[in-house]
Amino acid sequence: MAKTLLSRFIVLRSLSTQLIASCLFILVISAPANAQAVDAAQAKVTLALATEPPTLNSAVATDTIAGFILSHLMEGLLVYDANGQLAAGVAERWQLDADGASFWLRESARWSDGKPVTAHDFVFAWRHALKPTTASQYAFIFYPVKNAEAVNNGKLPESELGVRAVSDYELRVEFGQPCPYFLSLAAFMTFLPMREDVLDHWGSRYAADSDKLVFNGAFVLEKWIHGAHLRLRKNSQYWQADSVKINEIDMPYITADPSAQFNLFRDGQIAIAPLDTGLLNEAVERGFDIEYFHTGSLFFLEFNFREGRITANRSFRKAVQRLIDPDLLVNKIIGLPGIKPAYSLFPVTVKGMKDPFREEYPVMRVDPDIAAAREYLAQAKEELGLDKFPPLVLLAGDSPRALQEAEYYQYLFKKGLGIELRIDQQVFKQRIEKMRRGDFDIVAAAWGPDYDDIMTFADLFASWNENNRGRYSNPLYDRWIRLAQHSSDTRTRFNAMAQIQRIVVEDVPILPTYENGSLYVQNPRLKGVRRSIFGGDPFFRYAWIEQ
Amino acid sequence: MTISVFRFAPKTWGSADDLEMVAPIALPSMASPTVILSATVVVFLLLFVSVGPLLWQQSPSQQWLSQISDGPSPAYSVRVISDNGAWRPSALSDMPAGLKVHAANTEYVRLHWPVLEGVTRYRIYRGDAHKPGLGLAIADTSDNYFQDRLQLSRELYRYTIADADTGLLLLAREIRPEAAISAFEAQLQGLIPVTNNTSQWVELPAHPLGTDALGRDMLARLMAGGRTSLFVGVVAPLLYISFGCIFGAIAGLMGGWVDQLAMRFVDFVVALPFLLFMILFRVAFGIGPGENGIMPLILAMLMLSWPGSARLIRGQVLALRSQPFVEASRIAGVGTSRMILRHMLPNVLPMILVAFSFAIPQAIFTEAFLSFIGMGVSPPTTSWGALCNDGIKTLLSHPRQLLLPALFISLSVLAFNILGDALRDATDRRSGVVRA
Amino acid sequence: MVNFIARRLLSGLITIWFIATATFFAMHAVPGDPLTQEKAMSPAVRAQLEARYGLDKPLIEQYQLFMSNMLRGDFGISFTQENRSVNDIIREHFPISATLGIAAVLIALVGGISAGSAAAYCKNRWPDRVVMIAVIAAISVPGFVIAGLAQLVIVALNNAAETTLLPVAGWGSVSQIWVPALVLGLGTMAYLSRIMRASMLEVLSADFNIAAKAKGVNGWRLFFHHQLRNAVLPVVTELGPTIAAITTGGFVVELIFAIPGLGRYFVQAVQQLDYTVIMGTTVFYGAFLVLVVVLVDISYGLIDPRIRLHRGRS
Repeated sequence: MAKTLLSRFIVLRSLSTQLIASCLFILVISAPANAQAVDAAQAKVTLALATEPPTLNSAVATDTIAGFILSHLMEGLLVYDANGQLAAGVAERWQLDADGASFWLRESARWSDGKPVTAHDFVFAWRHALKPTTASQYAFIFYPVKNAEAVNNGKLPESELGVRAVSDYELRVEFGQPCPYFLSLAAFMTFLPMREDVLDHWGSRYAADSDKLVFNGAFVLEKWIHGAHLRLRKNSQYWQADSVKINEIDMPYITADPSAQFNLFRDGQIAIAPLDTGLLNEAVERGFDIEYFHTGSLFFLEFNFREGRITANRSFRKAVQRLIDPDLLVNKIIGLPGIKPAYSLFPVTVKGMKDPFREEYPVMRVDPDIAAAREYLAQAKEELGLDKFPPLVLLAGDSPRALQEAEYYQYLFKKGLGIELRIDQQVFKQRIEKMRRGDFDIVAAAWGPDYDDIMTFADLFASWNENNRGRYSNPLYDRWIRLAQHSSDTRTRFNAMAQIQRIVVEDVPILPTYENGSLYVQNPRLKGVRRSIFGGDPFFRYAWIEQ
Repeated sequence: MTISVFRFAPKTWGSADDLEMVAPIALPSMASPTVILSATVVVFLLLFVSVGPLLWQQSPSQQWLSQISDGPSPAYSVRVISDNGAWRPSALSDMPAGLKVHAANTEYVRLHWPVLEGVTRYRIYRGDAHKPGLGLAIADTSDNYFQDRLQLSRELYRYTIADADTGLLLLAREIRPEAAISAFEAQLQGLIPVTNNTSQWVELPAHPLGTDALGRDMLARLMAGGRTSLFVGVVAPLLYISFGCIFGAIAGLMGGWVDQLAMRFVDFVVALPFLLFMILFRVAFGIGPGENGIMPLILAMLMLSWPGSARLIRGQVLALRSQPFVEASRIAGVGTSRMILRHMLPNVLPMILVAFSFAIPQAIFTEAFLSFIGMGVSPPTTSWGALCNDGIKTLLSHPRQLLLPALFISLSVLAFNILGDALRDATDRRSGVVRA
Repeated sequence: MVNFIARRLLSGLITIWFIATATFFAMHAVPGDPLTQEKAMSPAVRAQLEARYGLDKPLIEQYQLFMSNMLRGDFGISFTQENRSVNDIIREHFPISATLGIAAVLIALVGGISAGSAAAYCKNRWPDRVVMIAVIAAISVPGFVIAGLAQLVIVALNNAAETTLLPVAGWGSVSQIWVPALVLGLGTMAYLSRIMRASMLEVLSADFNIAAKAKGVNGWRLFFHHQLRNAVLPVVTELGPTIAAITTGGFVVELIFAIPGLGRYFVQAVQQLDYTVIMGTTVFYGAFLVLVVVLVDISYGLIDPRIRLHRGRS
């Protein structure tokens, strides 16, 4: 017995000494990962991703990370240029009229396997995205195209969709309703071309790995280790390959933790890192170049208008409006330059006839006033026949900022109106589910524009819109939306939008809180990176590295 | 790192074999300096969370927006500022010769400068006057005036105006904003009546440990957070150890197939990956609006943590059943309940006590971990773990906001561990078993 | 012996079934489902998706389906990582968690044994005090705090040295393993050094030391061949639960150090209600835990027949 025990321990001992020795060995010889934020000699940029793109299948992709990657890998009919303006992509020229649009494709456009990009690739991609079996969340964005909604609901065969290839290099689109913003749609992710043969070949595994799709954009996906590493390399088949100055975009880090990204940046490992409230001072102190841009998205409090909800009472909503000061929220609590207080349904980035919409149609600003808020509240009490307000539920997301914001409102309601606001903090899916079911009084929500037209915000609170989670229903609001949708006259459209903006301030279906901005630090040698709302962000197609 | 949960599991007590002698004797003295110190710390923490709020009467949820992320500060007077709207220099005011300051207080700094030839866009930088560099570019504007409202504090700033296109520096000036509070906030906090809008001075309270990112008093929050953490730390183990004891005692006393079945069930629960299920249960139970989230937390802990003590007690009961003195009393006709009370309980009680004292730091750690990953208590309730979660975001600029709650977690875990060690040593000595 | 192993394996299998069932129903008790998306979905689209994932069937039928698929070793396709099977996710990401875990256990083992022995040798002198204070600190400071601070220290070090001494985050090269592994293993290291110190103290007071010294065995030889060998047993018995806990407990380290391990996927999956990934990872981790425990049991049985007897009885 004693002997066996002993011999076992000898084995154990020698094994452990070996392990110790090998550990020490590895520790000594292992050189640190030799990554560099920017490498001018190889024209290489290193970045960190917040999360992995859930999919790179353009028909079903929805998130901004996929949008960022896809904008580098694929090119649509139109693209956004270095200044964020619409420009020619695969389409050389185009013509937009009231009942449709025609696109003439350039013959020099090639897929990464050398085959030409043809009008059939677009027709296939659009039909595929609208197929009910594809279950694309963005199918609705095709709805201005003739028969799109019917095809998507399976009521018509996909061949009835109002798009056809007149020839290999000419594409004709028929509209079901006027769509003056169709050109910006043509640059959207879901409108990207797709190759039928590649999709057929990979089936459900399409776009799951770097070798399971083909590219027609400025870069190809060279490497994709799930959850760990993506690498893009310049596409030699790209028709404008000469003008692409970056050879390689390496993304060997995937972390959503801003501090980790910031530490990587400080350590010179990555070229761009986002900044959070807690990181701003440190970045300033280190003398980094801090930049910001408007992401174009609007954050707001949405009220529930379902039967029996106190929030359906206008006086109550007016009381809240006089209590919550977006300026205070943005400057005191969020405290990041680039994030702007919001007073209108339409962020300042929304385009008007010529100038930004908000310059052409300024919004009326309501100042905070506790006395007025309490008067409105007393009025609401009377109208509702209540002695005392019951506790209200504020549905909020689980991000640090969302929580901080919710805690602020909670305090404000208690102190200012004497109302108990209960925070229902939910992870993303549950929050959306509760919004859909109407399981809230007030919800802290956000909306990002899908396409470059004011309508992406305006029709959000039309009574028929599924994304109108508060079920706000106002015949006047609906009428202005219908008018704008069926008119191709710009002045009529924007006048209607001004009415919508006024209704939102006066009737308070939502209370805008802030317009989001993204604050980041960037390696000073990296130039020409486009930060924009549309067309993928950040965009390296026009970037270069200074020697 | 998260192993803490398993760390002090009194695993070796799972078997009853090493239990040798169980005659009840008096506990030996545990008065070593470390133990006394730990006991003092525990008492201090309990007083801190119970009596503390009576002595320091700030509300842990009161948000002083004019004192966001302040360091420790005494009470001071501030001016009430009534106009907080948009601003532009009046058309009557003269074109300034240089960078003119129309007003400088912690609510707003109003700058006005001459129109400069050839500059279309001005960029305004704000930096700490004691440090080199321009600081933060707070805005770009095409006007020749600007109002800065972005998280101003009472430090000395240097404002620099530059040409946004060429980067050429144009004007600079050092400014120290005067302490101020907006009339809106002063009304909200009840410092001035809502009808009063005339300029005056009010007093802001002291914050001995500073404030957090929403301007809440850290001292008050540490007290409130500690109440939650210690509550969970004591109540959850109390519940799951009691449950485990009852479960184990029933299994041990009944014996036979009941025992077999019960122990198989214990095996299953032990095999569940602890943290994974903690998170899963926590999400499954959910927190309704208005609930503080403490109950789902305790429930999840209860469901996962009881098997340790069940095994312990069952082992003890089995061992005791075969002891001569128990046999003797049974033969003497002592009833079951009396036997449990008279013989079993005094023998297993010290063990339960030791298990309990080790379970407290585990529970505090578990709570902290879950709150840290955002699956703990829900606001306005807070805990030390939740405070850490708040604090880690501002670690670089305000390390105090993380280190203070972390310090309290560490202190309490440490104190309870040392007490547990001492208790265990005492019971070991008593039962004659020498253990690590 | 064979009987014993078979019994352990059988109860292991039942345990895995129990874990799977518990997870399945706990998960379905959460409001919402993985198909919930930001953009409102038309009923036709939703019906399609439900059919694809089998969510249109009654719960009990889904359970049966899941169980039969699981028996065939198929956990299905992820809801959020479209087109990726859960098996792929586990296959690609578990080795990363395991590597990190093994490195952490190694560090904990080596560090714990040496620190514990050193402390015992120098009982009540300053090395002992230093080790015990370090142990107390490592046990009492929450891991997430240590992880955050560790990263700051690395950045400060790198900035001071003006070169990359240690990588801040990421995964792929050997040098990226050590810091997260150290952070992950620190608590365990502290725990093991306590055990080691106590057990070494006992060994040092035993008679055979005198006998060995009398025979002329000295220095390192005495330490490695006699004292360490005897003192390490209690540490070895702690290894099973330690390995299990470390490999399943690395979420925060994985998050902070940008390591694509399985733990991170699990937390993400819970937040996104990705049913298949939740089920897959939990069952896999459960099975892994069970396997470790069974292996440890069997190895105990091999080392010490008395333990086998005892385990068999309870």
